[in-house]
Amino acid sequence: MKLMWFHLMPYTELPDDFRDNHPSVWVDIHSSLFDPQRAHHMYNDFMDELEFAADCGFDAICVNEHHSNGYGLMPSPNLIASSLARRTKDTALCVMGNSIALYNPPTRVAEEFAMLDCISGGRLIAGFPVGSPMDTAFALGQNPSMLRQRYMEAHDLIIKAWTEKDTFAFNGRFNQQRYVNVWPRPVQRPHPPVWVPGGGSVETWQWCAEMEYVYCYLSYYGYKAGMQTMMGFWEEMKRIGKDRNPYRAGFLQFVGVAETEKEAYELYREPAEYFYGRCLHVDPRFAQPPGYTTEATQRAGIESQVGRAASEQRTSLAVSKSAREYDAILDNGYVITGTPDQVAERLRGIAKEMNVGHLMLLLQFGNMSKQLTQYNTRLFAEKVMPQLKDLFDDEWEDHWWPTPMADEKRAKVSAPSMRAAE
Amino acid sequence: MDHTEQIVSAHGLEARVWRKGSGPKLAYLAGFAGLPKWIPALDALAEHCEVSAISLPGFPGGGRGHLQLDSLFEFALATHDLIDAASCRGAVLMGASVGGALALEVAAIWPDSVSKLVLQAPFGLYDNANPPTDPWAQRGDKVDALMCETEGAYNDLIKRPGNADAVEWPIEMTRAREASARYLWPNSATHVEKRLGRIQCPTLVLWGEKDKVQPPEYADTLRNGISGTVTVETIADAGHMIELDRPDAVADAVARFLKG
Repeated sequence: MKLMWFHLMPYTELPDDFRDNHPSVWVDIHSSLFDPQRAHHMYNDFMDELEFAADCGFDAICVNEHHSNGYGLMPSPNLIASSLARRTKDTALCVMGNSIALYNPPTRVAEEFAMLDCISGGRLIAGFPVGSPMDTAFALGQNPSMLRQRYMEAHDLIIKAWTEKDTFAFNGRFNQQRYVNVWPRPVQRPHPPVWVPGGGSVETWQWCAEMEYVYCYLSYYGYKAGMQTMMGFWEEMKRIGKDRNPYRAGFLQFVGVAETEKEAYELYREPAEYFYGRCLHVDPRFAQPPGYTTEATQRAGIESQVGRAASEQRTSLAVSKSAREYDAILDNGYVITGTPDQVAERLRGIAKEMNVGHLMLLLQFGNMSKQLTQYNTRLFAEKVMPQLKDLFDDEWEDHWWPTPMADEKRAKVSAPSMRAAE
Repeated sequence: MDHTEQIVSAHGLEARVWRKGSGPKLAYLAGFAGLPKWIPALDALAEHCEVSAISLPGFPGGGRGHLQLDSLFEFALATHDLIDAASCRGAVLMGASVGGALALEVAAIWPDSVSKLVLQAPFGLYDNANPPTDPWAQRGDKVDALMCETEGAYNDLIKRPGNADAVEWPIEMTRAREASARYLWPNSATHVEKRLGRIQCPTLVLWGEKDKVQPPEYADTLRNGISGTVTVETIADAGHMIELDRPDAVADAVARFLKG
């Protein structure tokens, strides 16, 4: 299986009273809370951490896009990925992703991703999220009623821009370009693998299957809450006749490893409570712009609420998504902590049960220091990773992984990372 | 007497038309949430005119045609065509709130199609120093107090009747909000100020004294910009949705305007 190191780049110095005295971490978080000189250190620490993870042997390092967001300092993940492309050598670069409906014209994404694929020698994973309501409809003011229609058109335009040999005209509903001719072109042919992070909508699952894209469920609420979604995904794959190749799917999990169980429990308390207490403090008025959620998904949600209300009372299987206290965070499975053997055993079980071949790991979360992040990362790489790597590989092939240029044909990296040696 | 219901169509779009009363024709474009149910304001208006409440694409009774409309102009054109289909060409045109934004466009783009115009706290204007409230970024439990002075008036409008489908009703209410967002997102500024001079018909502007969504001061922009004679009336003890807070006051003001 593939083990991927994911960074959200959270602002690490939100005040203790953030939850009580500030309305939201997203959209209208106040500028007075942002210290650019502190952010200078955060960005550099975060990029050190990503490079360190690459040096430690993770299969990929992952970045993503958020706007006006106190737990995600990457309005442009492509800027970060560009630097990482130069500072890493063999690790895949997973940009998860660019919200393609936001770009005007979307060929901008085709261009920048092609640049990243060229600079990295074909190591790019191209993530195409629709984008959250907060990012798209509110922070960037895009029309929620048109977002998905724009997304589909942007997707078609980008794929055509990557694959069409000749200059072509695009006369879309939302985008018109007389001359589409992306320079540079991506190294990977016909184009970098496309991965789609999404919620639990059946339409997204079906579309990923039809297009042969990877579906990723990037929840902050861990494997217990995510299990039902992944089960639904595989049921749908079966229904439409797709195989159970675990590499069709990706899943995100917070993890904290330490030498002893007690140490793990103590070390990760503060960053976990910081993340779930402050970073997820989002004003609910930004959660549901009208039109963002399709009617089919609304219908499924309302019907399942009605059904769930009855069934959960019987089975007590409901997983809370509002826990902020450490013990509840652990009990609900948002964060998995423990010794390397304990963590490996749990992740192995989760990956098998969910049938997920791409496991994205948040080994930095909340206000975790660089020192603790690197401790967590190194311990995971040295003692957990070897216990997981073989999973699925004897049975399934990952058709969705980057295919870089041969090593001898790649440029020599002039500034190799020294992080692992520190 | 009960109202009648008719389905009209124009160029692939359908609209439900509720009609009641007799006398001069008045085409009514509903406000935020549309008309999920009949409201007393329509009864009050029907005392003075033949009111035709025309549901617009995406609003209750208007199907899902909004998904085919990609711009304010396409919504305005659809509105114009559906008014025609409802046999209301040349009638008095009344638009409330988000429906008011479209009434303004129809009156500005096709001035000959409207004999008189009634605007009830219309969307469309935007003053940087006194901006309208964002109606789509609200917690569900805050919307009632935002829209009306009368507690529960807005919630009653969108409350599911006992015989309505428990799954489809809330989806329909969301669709209504989506429909207005589709032509007014993100800040409801349509820049109609540039077109106000094209409106030549007599115009009545109604505003709730305590409107918390669209600032009552915007009435001055309409008064100064519209070429036709403009009468402004402020309704006491009313919020944004005057038709829910003070239906009789709305009808009385319209009656005076129609006689004038």
